[in-house]
Amino acid sequence: MAISRSEVEHVAKLARLKFSQEEIEEFTVQLSKIIDYVNKLNELDTENVEPTAHIVPIHNVFREDEVKPSMDRDKILMNAPYKENGCFKVPKIIE
Amino acid sequence: MELYSLTIHELRELLKKREVSALEVTKSYLERIKEVEPKIDALITITEDFALQRAKEADEKIKNGEDTDLTGIPVIIKDNISTEGIKTTCSSKMLENYIPPYNATVVEKLLEEGVIILGKSNLDEFAMGSSTENSAFKTTKNPWDLSRVPGGSSGGSAAAIAADEAAFALGSDTGGSIRQPASLCGVVGMKPTYGLVSRYGLVAFASSLDQIGPFTKDVTDCAIVLNTIIGHDSKDSTSLKIDKPDYTSYLKEDIKGLRIGVAKEFFGEGIEEGVKETVQESIKVLQDLGAEIIDISIPYVEYALPAYYIIASAEASSNLARYDGIRYGHIAEKYEDLIDMYMVTRSEGFGKEVKRRIMLGTYALSSGYYDAYYKKALKVRTLIKNDFEKAFEKCDVIIGPTSPTVAFKIGERANDPLAMYLADIYTVSVNIAGLPGISIPCGLSDGLPVGLQIIGRHFDEGKILNVAYAFEQANKFNAKPQAIGGAR
Amino acid sequence: MKYEAVIGLEVHAELLTESKIFCSCTTKFGGEPNTHVCPVCLGLPGTLPVLNKKVVEYAVRAGLALNCTIANFSKMDRKNYFYPDLPKAYQISQYDLPLCSNGYVEIEVDGKVKKIGIKRIHIEEDAGKLLHENTDGSLVDYNRAGVPLIEIVSEPDMTTPEEAYQYLTKLKNILEYTEVSDCKMQEGSLRVDTNVSVRPVGSTELGTKIELKNLNSFRAVQKALEYEIKRQIKVLEEGGTIVQETRRWNESKGITEPMRTKEEAHDYRYFPEPDLVPIIVTDEWKEEIRKSLPEMPHHKRERFIAEYGLPEYDAKIITSSKKMADFFEKCVLEYDSPKTVSNWLMGEFSRLMNETGKEIDEVPVTPQMLVKLLKLIDNGVISGSIAKTVFEEMFGTGKEPEVIVEEKGLKQIANENELREIIKKVIVENPKSVEDYKNGKEKAMGFLVGQVMKATKGKANPQLTNQILKEELSK
Repeated sequence: MAISRSEVEHVAKLARLKFSQEEIEEFTVQLSKIIDYVNKLNELDTENVEPTAHIVPIHNVFREDEVKPSMDRDKILMNAPYKENGCFKVPKIIE
Repeated sequence: MELYSLTIHELRELLKKREVSALEVTKSYLERIKEVEPKIDALITITEDFALQRAKEADEKIKNGEDTDLTGIPVIIKDNISTEGIKTTCSSKMLENYIPPYNATVVEKLLEEGVIILGKSNLDEFAMGSSTENSAFKTTKNPWDLSRVPGGSSGGSAAAIAADEAAFALGSDTGGSIRQPASLCGVVGMKPTYGLVSRYGLVAFASSLDQIGPFTKDVTDCAIVLNTIIGHDSKDSTSLKIDKPDYTSYLKEDIKGLRIGVAKEFFGEGIEEGVKETVQESIKVLQDLGAEIIDISIPYVEYALPAYYIIASAEASSNLARYDGIRYGHIAEKYEDLIDMYMVTRSEGFGKEVKRRIMLGTYALSSGYYDAYYKKALKVRTLIKNDFEKAFEKCDVIIGPTSPTVAFKIGERANDPLAMYLADIYTVSVNIAGLPGISIPCGLSDGLPVGLQIIGRHFDEGKILNVAYAFEQANKFNAKPQAIGGAR
Repeated sequence: MKYEAVIGLEVHAELLTESKIFCSCTTKFGGEPNTHVCPVCLGLPGTLPVLNKKVVEYAVRAGLALNCTIANFSKMDRKNYFYPDLPKAYQISQYDLPLCSNGYVEIEVDGKVKKIGIKRIHIEEDAGKLLHENTDGSLVDYNRAGVPLIEIVSEPDMTTPEEAYQYLTKLKNILEYTEVSDCKMQEGSLRVDTNVSVRPVGSTELGTKIELKNLNSFRAVQKALEYEIKRQIKVLEEGGTIVQETRRWNESKGITEPMRTKEEAHDYRYFPEPDLVPIIVTDEWKEEIRKSLPEMPHHKRERFIAEYGLPEYDAKIITSSKKMADFFEKCVLEYDSPKTVSNWLMGEFSRLMNETGKEIDEVPVTPQMLVKLLKLIDNGVISGSIAKTVFEEMFGTGKEPEVIVEEKGLKQIANENELREIIKKVIVENPKSVEDYKNGKEKAMGFLVGQVMKATKGKANPQLTNQILKEELSK
């Protein structure tokens, strides 16, 4: 297997995904297959190749420092499942 | 002849001469939707009231002489493009009830022209897939054969145009999501150069690859829509400042002396014989029109698909991290604490393929694997980009099949992610290199459409349209899907 | 065994731009929750960031003032982690190519100058704010989400809490001088995290690093470090080992305590932000920014000595804060005795600021008000000692000095007859002192002046009092 069960569990946690034991099993098999497939890239020597993060070579795209009105709070909160006092509400966080 | 079966330019003539009203056009499409939608399931939302109201406004515009090429023309928009006040679900349970408070830039542009939005189309969840089977709500059927997929991820938009549910549609293309379904449904679909069309408002899948583009019934319509949707947008840092050409000026039948590259890599393993033959016949058509056919090679293109799956999944894992149920979207009902809320919410809200890609992407970016996967893929991206640049020294456009196969059966690849990924084998390299590409119908194989892909240099959409138009005029694709009945 | 500490500081400073780093919402502090929010800073699906040019300019300004190398090529990256205050679940920051690097600041400890290295300065967006007052849940306000920050990471060059304190003071001073941040810790526009480890003197190996949080003032940083260094040394001396952890400064108890953090190791999965393009700072741009730099502290200090004839000591103290220096110059513009102004600023003004913990711009006294007060003294309306009382009142209430003088009847008694009557009475009531004076004890004179002041509640004109007293005593 290109990826172990415990790695899958670790990655799931990093990604904030919860899986049943069967799903972990299934993902381990499927991800291993996919990883084996993408390992095809290792056939290539890329030692002296620069990575391309942006395909179109532009730089310095800025906006001027100008304030524009924000959005109405009603609209900002419109899709929030839980809200209170103009805020989004989440489970109690203990710091 | 039904109004709904007409192209944009045909409708435009009628509207301009006031032989029909935008309201009549809109009603014709709404009727058509009612008739065929139960068979193809292309739409998530139908905005009938909004459409009728917009149609009246369009008629006002026409009356006042304020109309343009798209005034009064009905459109269907892929449901991952933000529409103010209209649900934008991305075909995900996560966003089932999400109503954006803002419009995507392309939507703004269309609305300004007086375009009529009929509805939002189905897609593979968050645009991840090649068959539209990954939708959380419905499986769209191919209008040519209801037991087959329309392709994906913009399968809803492609099927809608093939079935005459709108005059044109918008889709998004990250690895082939416009061209591949266009090919499978027998319509015209274009992915413009990365940076030509604003991405503002397109729900991000893979930011460095995503691009919005049109589905149309012919090449002329493609040029017309392109004229409206392109252009620099100060809200998208990756959108480019270029002079806006009039793409309709490229719609010429003359391609004499044009150098057309045919890459052997686009006829490799997995290609169906029928597809191969149809495309080769198409190449002959172009040759007969006076184009020079040049054999070329793009050796690194076979690495485009694995590189794509790493880059796209890595970016997706980050882009989709915001779905946590706090500001919008699905939220779990039962959880233990904050972390558990995140985990349960996301596990309930996302479908399997989305989770698979988030997992792959998270893995590729995680400590210890970044260099081996993500950085490696970005380097391969450089090789592929250089490969195309070299190829374009020898030719003006590159052609080949859009998809190695015609539409496959629903369910056929649903449980084999890798087999599904192979559907994009001819399209992903174009996204990797940020190039423009079009798929136009070039014939039938076993009664199912075959798409011809034409790839150009950066910002060379004009030349692509020139070749596509010349081909279309010489080789009219008049076939219509029979499975839904009642076409022209 | 003798131990030494190794201290490194990470400072986050909010930049003084009008709008946020990636959208046009205001950066104003406060405001009703979620009223400075738009689809972009809320991270709604489909929205995209566009970088505020001023953020780059301000960061470069800070970099230049802190002697950094400015990167010609720089880029933005995504730092991925989940937290409710982070709307996109990633923070747009800079990873391997920060805008500025390899700088330093000079601090003075025990008369010696020491260079503290600055590893890097990068730009990033701030997160929102969690409010915990609610009982059954926490509330999120995204007004602050997307406010531009610079993170300034020092080299671990400090060895004592005092050095850390001096470094912070100097850094704050420079940031204020460059006008890139107002550095208000109480509003969270300046935040400090520190890393500290200890090792035997002479050792080159670093000890296990402890991160300290919840440091709400520079004094808190100093005190927390003092405590933490002692704690670590004690652990080592008792044969224990330091466990790598994050500890929280408990101000009221004066101790550091372990934070209850989730066990998992951070893996931020940084990668280049595909929605933003690289930043290229050309030499021309850099020079343009350099030219826009305001006068730096040491230049100002020299100018104050040359232009206003201030003693070096005064010039140093007055320029130790840009706000103080600005206040000074505004006063001097209308009042032609710089030394008098500096005396007031270093004296009463600083004393009351220290007592109240207020910054000069939080005090209601304006330069114009101080000048008015000084003129009241010069014109003989009030005495110098009454002026201190008046100033205290101004400091507390923001009232104009002449109003206070009027309301409280603090005008000097400069009427000779009136004063002579009071003095005569004092002489009669203090025969012993009169006797002493006549026997040559000069000190007795001071006592008698004091008695006059007491009788007039300090309002007696001092020169006149002296003159009349001498006249009466020689009778």
